[in-house]
Amino acid sequence: MAEEDGTQGTDPNEVRIGVFICHCGKNIGGYVDVPRVVEYAKTLPHVVHAEGNLYTCSPDGLQSIKKAIADHRLNRVLVASCTPRTHAPLFQSTCEEAGVNKYFFEFVNLREHCSWVHMKDKEGATAKAKDLVRMGVYRAALLEPLADSETPVVPIALVLGGGIAGMTASLNLANQGFDVHLVEKEPELGGMLRHLDRVFPTDVTARSILDPMIKAIKSHPKVHMYLSTTPDDITGYIGNFQVKLKGQTITVGTIIVATGADVFKPLGMFGYGQYSNVLTQLEFDEQLLKGAAPPKRVVFIQCVGARTSDPKGKTYCSKTCCMASIKNAKALKTKDPDAEVCIIHRDINAPGTHYEKYYHDTKGLGVRFLRYTLEEPPEILGQDGKATAVRLKHETSQRTLEIPVDMIVLSTPLVANEDNHTLHKMLKVPLDKDGFYLEAHVKLRPLDFATEGIYVCGCAKFPNDIHESVTEAFGNASHAAIPMAHGKVKVEGAIAHVDPDICWGCGTCVEVCPYRAPSLVDQGTRKVSVINEALCKGCGVCVVNCPVNAITARHFTHDQLLKMIEGLVAGTCEVCDSKCDGGAP
Amino acid sequence: MAEFQPRILAFCCNWCSYAGADLCGVSRFQYPPNIRIIRVMCSGRVEPVFLLKAFKAGIDGVLVLGCHIGDCHYISGNNSAQAVMEKAFALCKALGIDEKRMKLDWVSASEGQRFAEMVTEFTEQVRKLGPIGFGKKTDGGCP
Repeated sequence: MAEEDGTQGTDPNEVRIGVFICHCGKNIGGYVDVPRVVEYAKTLPHVVHAEGNLYTCSPDGLQSIKKAIADHRLNRVLVASCTPRTHAPLFQSTCEEAGVNKYFFEFVNLREHCSWVHMKDKEGATAKAKDLVRMGVYRAALLEPLADSETPVVPIALVLGGGIAGMTASLNLANQGFDVHLVEKEPELGGMLRHLDRVFPTDVTARSILDPMIKAIKSHPKVHMYLSTTPDDITGYIGNFQVKLKGQTITVGTIIVATGADVFKPLGMFGYGQYSNVLTQLEFDEQLLKGAAPPKRVVFIQCVGARTSDPKGKTYCSKTCCMASIKNAKALKTKDPDAEVCIIHRDINAPGTHYEKYYHDTKGLGVRFLRYTLEEPPEILGQDGKATAVRLKHETSQRTLEIPVDMIVLSTPLVANEDNHTLHKMLKVPLDKDGFYLEAHVKLRPLDFATEGIYVCGCAKFPNDIHESVTEAFGNASHAAIPMAHGKVKVEGAIAHVDPDICWGCGTCVEVCPYRAPSLVDQGTRKVSVINEALCKGCGVCVVNCPVNAITARHFTHDQLLKMIEGLVAGTCEVCDSKCDGGAP
Repeated sequence: MAEFQPRILAFCCNWCSYAGADLCGVSRFQYPPNIRIIRVMCSGRVEPVFLLKAFKAGIDGVLVLGCHIGDCHYISGNNSAQAVMEKAFALCKALGIDEKRMKLDWVSASEGQRFAEMVTEFTEQVRKLGPIGFGKKTDGGCP
């Protein structure tokens, strides 16, 4: 090959690394001696070009990468800047635009993991930056190009749960033209809203929201409804899930989990189960719904079994219960201005313009709000199986109050459904420590699972009000529609691969894989493991557990990771800053 | 002589502990600059040989950090990490490496401060132990 640019080397397999070190304005440049790191990078093996950029992610910076790829015939690109968790896709696509496979890109984190955490130690931070760049260069030399493959997507969705979230998602997808299988475990649609009287902050009846929606679902030709049904088994992967429902198997491309939540039963707390006039908020709503005569003197107690380290309760704030109590207190005072209604709370959570106004309006009606502390909870006084009064140490005045009651309503948190524990195994998606479904990323991917093609909305993820559940359901429908509209989806290349010549067919990988990606297939006289590329998420657990090292974690190979360790210890001595391979005579 | 600067290697899973380290940076929680992080997708990807290789080459301490048990991005990858690291640590100990030089722990994406505290504590713990005594000397003994 003719050399026209004056650079050396004619071997097409020669590793040619370009290093781009970002100042990130002052974010890195202010705490790491970037020019020194750039000069240092030039001395590292296979590095044919190194430069500093004010902002590597700016149009100028990206252009500079492309230019260097062309000018120096780079076949590996290393950017040392911020975190790969946000910026890797940008730099990877820049590489691809310049003809470099995206898996030839290496990211080094000099901001979150270096300059921002060693702001008072420029020497230490610079030495660390050099080490990190060197480790990256060592790995970059061993990177391999990978191809993302494609798999077809059946344009049919499964929606689990027929509450407000599941119905909203189903209708939205059906209106976009996709067939939807809507599965509800109860004999009727509506979920939690079926038990509510009115809803905040509009005070309309829950029925007035549900009825038109249920009617639309039932009459929609694209929605196929399954009541009193739970899936018996779910296998497969995005584009091609097999779902067993009541003996028949259906194939769907995407799955939306909208299975909702359950109510915490506060047995043994504040007289619940002991006094007949101590109810949960949902039981009280049901009474109102039935048209029962509202009691005259009502005390609501908030955070029952919530925001507590008591193992009988939950640590979290259930988010909806303050507003639920305020709503029912408002309803009582509106019906009967002489009613004595009191909300005993630890803090009131009424965020946003609508809820804050609603809270103040309710206060204006004469509902009393009294604060208690976790250390001194209110006591319930009662006789003959009825609660008669609430005794409370008022936090501000330190006086002990005794409030006579006809009824006590306990605000308890929403808790995860018991059957999440069965369903999450079928879906191969994670739960959090409280048993709610765990999204792929708390900020950036709040409606997706790490498992592609499965989405989550509503209270299945965490207690939500209607507004949030509906918003999330729209989000889910929109996300699920993307692969179904394309009809195909890309499968990441950074996954596990079995070498059939080494594999013994022992099946360890089949056992340890959380996604059932490997399976044993007959190959002549023996069985070998084959990994389904659409199911593999690239965690590498099978790789570590394979007794004969037959499996490679592509892009995180044994050799690449070992090389980083080698790179770390091959450092220049920090004392004299000379290149002595760390050997220090 | 200057204070001993231990060299510490950490394996962080992409989803929780690496993100926790990111949040730590975003929040500007400071910790000693002795640690070098290698990102893996899951703590379950860390092979015992990585620890052996690191210690043999003179790394003074190794951290393996994953998602909290029950919160694994890959459902149960951290359970695998726990089982594998138990054996790996036992092996390292059998080879005479102080168990205080190795640690498996869990850091969530929201525990930036905890990440800083843990890294600081581990760094000081390894600093007290002194150089591991294998591999290349890096304790300032150069000319």
